[in-house]
Amino acid sequence: MMLPQIAFFFLSAVTLISAVMVITRRNAVHSIIWLIVTLFSVGGIFLTLHAEFLFAVQVILYVGGIMVLFLFVVMLVNLDVALKQAQFNRQWQVALVTAVVLMAELGYGIYRGHQGFTLAQVTAAPMSGGNTQAVGLALYQDYMLAVEIASVLLLVAMVGAVIMAKRKIE
Amino acid sequence: MIPTHYYLFLGAALFTIGVVGVLTRRNVIVILMSIELILNAVNINLVAFSRYFQAVDGQVFAIFVITDAAAEAAVGLGLIIALFRNKETVNADEIDLLKW
Repeated sequence: MMLPQIAFFFLSAVTLISAVMVITRRNAVHSIIWLIVTLFSVGGIFLTLHAEFLFAVQVILYVGGIMVLFLFVVMLVNLDVALKQAQFNRQWQVALVTAVVLMAELGYGIYRGHQGFTLAQVTAAPMSGGNTQAVGLALYQDYMLAVEIASVLLLVAMVGAVIMAKRKIE
Repeated sequence: MIPTHYYLFLGAALFTIGVVGVLTRRNVIVILMSIELILNAVNINLVAFSRYFQAVDGQVFAIFVITDAAAEAAVGLGLIIALFRNKETVNADEIDLLKW
């Protein structure tokens, strides 16, 4: 096996195992730590796909921003009572069966359709200027309106979070 | 060179794990984390197809998905704080005021 294959299978195994740990841990802080492991290895998957800018965004924004937000909320919310209660709800058997069926459907669909992807031999040279320049040009030329809409969305989310977490609304 | 459908299998598996988390856990914070898992599965698919088509648009879409994840996490965690202040619980099946 070559090095890219080894890297891909290692990162996939780390991603899936830590994702399972996220949804099975009793303590929410442990779930957050495992989710950070998952996000890092998904960033590594982005690196194997030559999306270096997205790897940086993943580490800075997800691991550095969103996960700190989660940790703060877990500290603000008193979870000692919830730790002693049942962690899974009553319909978990039905949910598990449904998810297995979903996984089988997705896997069967991809397996039957993957002949369409056999052309995926990369022959073209990488874009000049690198991945970051290509993403930046696309963001600020082709997707200018979408970037503006996303900034408005972030403003709305910020105001909404402040209003939600406020103690008293006049 | 890793075939594209390997990435699609990985995305499908991660998506399924996220769905299991959303459907089975009682803790609202863990449910939000499972939603983050689902969004990451979507991102893997987008970037894999971006690589496959040799176009950068998939990565731009992945950036917008990450933006949405940030907005969703901020509003969702604000909701959890407001909920905990009113009901003293983080269990999703105890929040049943609108249930008949």
